[in-house]
Amino acid sequence: MNAILSAGAQAFLTRYEGLRAQLPGDLAARDAAAEAWRATGLPSIRDEAWKYTNLRPLGDVAFQQSLSPLGYNADLLARLPQLDAPRLVLVDGHFRADLSTIPANITVTSFAAAPEFGRQARPAEDPLVALNTMLAEDGINITVPANIDAGLIVLASLASPPAGHMIAFHPRHRITLEPGARLTVLEISIGNGAYLHNPVTEVKIADHATLIHARLQDESLTAFHLGTLYADIAAHGIYDSFSLALGARLSRQEIHANLVGPHANAHLNAAQLLTGNQHADFTTIVSHNAPNGASRQTVKNVLAGKSRGVFQGKIHVARGAQKTDGYQMNQALLLSPDAEIDCKPQLEIYADDVKCSHGATIGELDTDQLFYLRSRGVPEAQARAMLVRAFLTEAIDTISNEPARAVLESAIESWWQRQPA
Amino acid sequence: MLQITNLSATIDGKSILNGISLSVPTGEIHAIMGPNGSGKSTLSYVLSGRDGYEVTGGTATFNGQDLLGMEPEARAAAGLFLAFQYPVELPGVNNANFLRTALNAQRRLRGEAELDAIQFLKLARAEIKKLSMADDMLKRNVNVGFSGGEKKRNEVLQMAILRPKFALLDETDSGLDIDALKIVADGVNALRGPDFSALVITHYQRLLDHIVPDRVHVLAGGKVIRSGGAELAQELEANGYAGIIAEAA
Repeated sequence: MNAILSAGAQAFLTRYEGLRAQLPGDLAARDAAAEAWRATGLPSIRDEAWKYTNLRPLGDVAFQQSLSPLGYNADLLARLPQLDAPRLVLVDGHFRADLSTIPANITVTSFAAAPEFGRQARPAEDPLVALNTMLAEDGINITVPANIDAGLIVLASLASPPAGHMIAFHPRHRITLEPGARLTVLEISIGNGAYLHNPVTEVKIADHATLIHARLQDESLTAFHLGTLYADIAAHGIYDSFSLALGARLSRQEIHANLVGPHANAHLNAAQLLTGNQHADFTTIVSHNAPNGASRQTVKNVLAGKSRGVFQGKIHVARGAQKTDGYQMNQALLLSPDAEIDCKPQLEIYADDVKCSHGATIGELDTDQLFYLRSRGVPEAQARAMLVRAFLTEAIDTISNEPARAVLESAIESWWQRQPA
Repeated sequence: MLQITNLSATIDGKSILNGISLSVPTGEIHAIMGPNGSGKSTLSYVLSGRDGYEVTGGTATFNGQDLLGMEPEARAAAGLFLAFQYPVELPGVNNANFLRTALNAQRRLRGEAELDAIQFLKLARAEIKKLSMADDMLKRNVNVGFSGGEKKRNEVLQMAILRPKFALLDETDSGLDIDALKIVADGVNALRGPDFSALVITHYQRLLDHIVPDRVHVLAGGKVIRSGGAELAQELEANGYAGIIAEAA
């Protein structure tokens, strides 16, 4: 059955039909994704999973194809942190070897050069993943061999559409850690202008491997960022992620963490700092499928102006996943009477010996704390900034990689400085 | 000097201060004593600029400046310091960072050079030593997990580092054991001098054994009903407030 597609959704299909013959990789997978997209189009707020995030602003946009740009925006490149670490750069969704440095001890290929869809993504269940599967042209594929500690690597997405053009790009990434491997990925998404960045990332963490994944979404304030990530974590493996959302007019980070081996760990921490009419959604689905697993989620929202934050967190504990330890905490600080937070925790527990907790708090800045600081001479704006940073500290401190944490901290600092006083 | 003239204030429409007049000359320490509900804490909040109080009449000036028209941070930079009855906890704010931010904010407002981290730590460690406090005081979050005594000591430490010209101590002695009380008193006495004055608000006389005031004022019903020398505190301790209040009525 086909839905009545919005103009924007139809435009993506038309693009697929035109591009199909030139797209890399498994066409059968793409055709199936196109069928799924034809059947649903963009999700609407009638879909339970999208109840709080309305994609209607995307519905009428006919995005243009990203044109493998030969140039790049030097300003954007200069905004990347200067770290003593290799970096992989994509411009408008295309991997740019000329702007990248590839470390020796790991394998890096581009999706365009070696197109292979992973098996974790579920295009039939998530329309945006279907859209990505249908139109993915490039992306990064990283493999860390067994027992190698690959250190820190920066994965940067720069978007610089030509003025007056709205482009869409759908990069497809894979990160694979073989047994005992370690890697820290600092993922940064920035850009200028108007665009849709719709990445899908498939992460596989083998036994005793650890991936630290620090993510900074600081897209242009006229951009859309809709990212979906799937992480499978084997026995004693750790997926330790922190997602910081500052940019984009509308964004969503959706993470599916699947703890498949015993003693697996997933940390899905996040902070969303929004102002104006920004909307950001952090959605997690944690599936405990093996015993002795632990999941931790500390999610902080700082909402100014008329911004809206969303957190949806589902923890599913399968029958055999005894001794699971799940923790979820969502806190929001509303800096304006017009800001809004929607929070939906969901626990589905089929095992009988588990520890799972969730909580949510919503508040304003504490007037006693504010007065205490001001009575010591700290001007009001600075006092407010101090208290907001203090609110975020608990979450930010969970980022175990020091240079990555410093980058996120300084992004928060500059977010605060760009606020109107 | 601090000059309060006919000051009246309300909170939520309820009249708490009813025409207080009081002056504390530079170099002097005055005490305000009074029963619960007499307006002691309200006076300290109105002088330091807390929201929620409406001044309905009168004036308060500090060295000629109109205090009531200034933001709380400007009052602090002008040299006013309020030692809180219930110091506020600031989770996620490191004490050293808090103190340095406050000191530098005041210095900036006064047009003075800011201290860098090393200069600040040197100053802070010296003050901590003088007050016989533990070094880890600086590393902890502001007042979080502090005992009542530690919180008050932290107020004294802030005062020692910020070096105010005028300290308002709002029942700083409440809930203190005798050792902590002495530390608070020593902190105030250390600042005592021709350029420093203070208003010590207290319910009991015992703090005044350690900080001997130049003048004592008795507050009741939002007004000063009697003023006298240090001996007035002893009289109150012996006879209670009832007699003086009845006499004034």
